[in-house]
Amino acid sequence: MHDIAKHDDSKGQYFWVWGALLVLTAIEVVLAYRQVFQPVRMLEILLLLSVVKSALIIGYFMHLKFETALMRWMITFSVVACFIIMYFFFFPDAGRIVNLGVK
Amino acid sequence: MAEATLEHHAVEHGLPGVYEAPLFGAYSKKVGMWLFLASDSLTFGALLFAFSYNRIYTTPWPTPFHVASITNATIMTACLLSSSLTMVLGVFASQRGDRAWTRNWLLATMAFGTAFIVLHGMEWTKLIGEGLTLPGFPHAAGTAAGELADVSKTAPQFPATFFTLTAMHMLHVTIGVIYLGVVALRKLFLPILGAIWLAGFLLIPSDNVFHYGIHALLLGLVVAAIILFLKPKDYDAHDVEVSGLYWHFVDLVWMFIFPLVYLMSTRIS
Repeated sequence: MHDIAKHDDSKGQYFWVWGALLVLTAIEVVLAYRQVFQPVRMLEILLLLSVVKSALIIGYFMHLKFETALMRWMITFSVVACFIIMYFFFFPDAGRIVNLGVK
Repeated sequence: MAEATLEHHAVEHGLPGVYEAPLFGAYSKKVGMWLFLASDSLTFGALLFAFSYNRIYTTPWPTPFHVASITNATIMTACLLSSSLTMVLGVFASQRGDRAWTRNWLLATMAFGTAFIVLHGMEWTKLIGEGLTLPGFPHAAGTAAGELADVSKTAPQFPATFFTLTAMHMLHVTIGVIYLGVVALRKLFLPILGAIWLAGFLLIPSDNVFHYGIHALLLGLVVAAIILFLKPKDYDAHDVEVSGLYWHFVDLVWMFIFPLVYLMSTRIS
């Protein structure tokens, strides 16, 4: 079972990751509920925090950090590339509708 | 397990030919689950993009989530994050060969997942009770004058995208709980699942959407029974790890739904 137990399996780091995820969630809630930033800036910050949280989950809880480099890059590159394509496909159109004044 | 064992021996001893090391340094079940999760992430990605797309061009966008809803969603988030921790501990227990603690941690994970589903169901029921409906659907009895009744008319994009996105996620959590139940308890889980389905169907009022939604458990029961009876096996550490990948993915998706759907639609009173 080299591929599921060869890395440092100390449980402590997973409790730290869990704690960090809870703290980041609390920060998100406080930022949103107090409306610290304008909506667009708020969206950027919340998405940034979500990306950090997802990286912690994928890297530690899903153990991708401990997989081979080929596996890491294949998964990450393919999914991120698809999302980038989706972004350029959808959002210019949404903005175009706003600019045209369509209600 | 036999396949995985061959692969591991091949790696350890450097055997040639059919025993070559796997391409990605992982056993095939794990690679298969990763590929499934990559494809499933595109499903959720499309739904999240659809939600955001509708939000950009819909003004004003409804903000129906009061402090009670945000508190509820925050507790749901904490449940999912805690379930990921118990899942990791379950994977460790399975790698140690500790079957009792593997089962205990998986049951704890299922308990957190079930709590998430129940809280989410309560949130849905509350929103529907305030008049939020899908476009084309009639209002539930007595909710036509609710706080959110107008939202369904003036901004039908909100209920359409909200219910689609969260229903898809709730379905994934439900499938995850059933998956973990099969791995943890095997055939013993079938009567438990059947009892939960029957109790839910009998106890949930007939005007509640979950009176019919609970039938997802019956479908899960049939699928789980087919798997357990046609291909009975003793689930090992690899199976637990692969089921954990699925569970963490469900957690991961919620990390985007929570801020995009709930926190960006908060109503400050």
